[in-house]
Amino acid sequence: MSDDANLLTTPLYELHLAAGAKMVPFAGYAMPVQYPMGILKEHLHTRKKAGLFDVSHMGQIHLKGADAAAALEQLVPVDIVDLPRMKQRYALFTHEQGGVLDDLMVTRLETGLFLVVNAACKSQDIAHLQRHLSEQCKIEVLDDRALLALQGPEAKTVMQKLAPDVADMTFMTAKNLTLAGIDCLVTRSGYTGEDGFEISVPALKAKELAQHFLAESDVEWIGLGARDSLRLEAGLCLYGHELSPDITPVEAKLNWALSPARRANGIRAGGYLGAETIMKQFQDGVARQRVGIQPEGKMPVRAGAVLQNGSGEVVGVVTSGGFSPTLNKPIAVALVDSDAAAVATKLYASVRNKKVAVSVVALPFVKQNYYRG
Amino acid sequence: MSEIKYTQDHEWIEVHGDGTATIGITDFAQEQLGDLVYIEIPEVGTEIFKGEDVSVIESVKAASDLVAPVSGTIIDVNSLLEDEPEKVNDDAMGAGWFIKVEMSDVSELDDLMDEAAYQACLD
Repeated sequence: MSDDANLLTTPLYELHLAAGAKMVPFAGYAMPVQYPMGILKEHLHTRKKAGLFDVSHMGQIHLKGADAAAALEQLVPVDIVDLPRMKQRYALFTHEQGGVLDDLMVTRLETGLFLVVNAACKSQDIAHLQRHLSEQCKIEVLDDRALLALQGPEAKTVMQKLAPDVADMTFMTAKNLTLAGIDCLVTRSGYTGEDGFEISVPALKAKELAQHFLAESDVEWIGLGARDSLRLEAGLCLYGHELSPDITPVEAKLNWALSPARRANGIRAGGYLGAETIMKQFQDGVARQRVGIQPEGKMPVRAGAVLQNGSGEVVGVVTSGGFSPTLNKPIAVALVDSDAAAVATKLYASVRNKKVAVSVVALPFVKQNYYRG
Repeated sequence: MSEIKYTQDHEWIEVHGDGTATIGITDFAQEQLGDLVYIEIPEVGTEIFKGEDVSVIESVKAASDLVAPVSGTIIDVNSLLEDEPEKVNDDAMGAGWFIKVEMSDVSELDDLMDEAAYQACLD
């Protein structure tokens, strides 16, 4: 346990300990992987009621200035210039060869842009922003803020008690709201496939706000373990697994995230790192792509398992895999050769020197329940 | 008469007077593993060797192995665990047993811990 001394903590650390969380090192932070309820029940609770996640380890960044949107477009293949005020968009930092440095959420504020980036990538992301954009906008790291996610079908009921104004928020919109007297920036989004909210709150007030949520009988703490199984069921990419410097957005099947304005015939075509490669792949297709994988039987097929076709040729690798509590069976996601990517293609996963029969299936595994109005 | 011994790998082995033994994982082990979702049950008749993997235990988080605490031949398996691995979470020391073996070398038991020694190693 001596390594724990070097770990960072979030403002909610004491609350996690008090709730009986099992803390693990994650991206340099001591984070709750599960609470006494356990991953399976936490997962199912989020699908049925409302789960509260501490995601304060993620990076929150404010790009300030009139030119922030145009500046950020140099680094992402996404339309930021025409992103309306208080709307949110999913984006990717790409590099010169078209691979992905991180995925992020971008919200247009009155004062500029609000970014949420992955914990493990945040220092690298900040350096990347400073290197490319420091002359065009002010880069402010909001390390005095915590981030909570409230996810699940009852999330809106819980939020409405604190702020009736959330009722008219739709998926991927933002509002400045006062929750229990605390000024917060709230977006209607998340990483579970459920309706829900992410709440950026001053670090000093995070504990107080979390306690307001936890006072509701429908709300339970949910750890990183269930966060991963929830996103896997929802078919969402995890950086370091489905996304990496060696995987392009087109290979990750994120064509929907490449805004029309930035595509080959768009009004602001290209102009971001790796545009040439990504636009060519978008046009011509790719040699490998992300697919859903359904193992036969009950044995989980996990990240790293090699996939072969019926002739024994290696055609891909599992990027994420585990057990779906909702479906009560194993599920996985893989990068496979495009000629093995059609739905219903039969493949074999190597698990501990055994061959497990699997099929390519459509994503997501569990229907997304976003509130679109 | 039977007695229960423990291993460093957090397994228990209930030694029966007739040269057979029942094997499972301890409550501490199930707690550490978390919710179990899949257990690969070996076949009756399989020969096992002390220190070698016998079965795979998958939790929501990761896969781990059941390591043979003694050598012998499997004479019975808890096939209920195939459909209900959560039985191990609910009752690791009882209904969540894994296999029963006919031991080939009872002297291997000498290396194992008794209850008091195992509790001491947990503390």
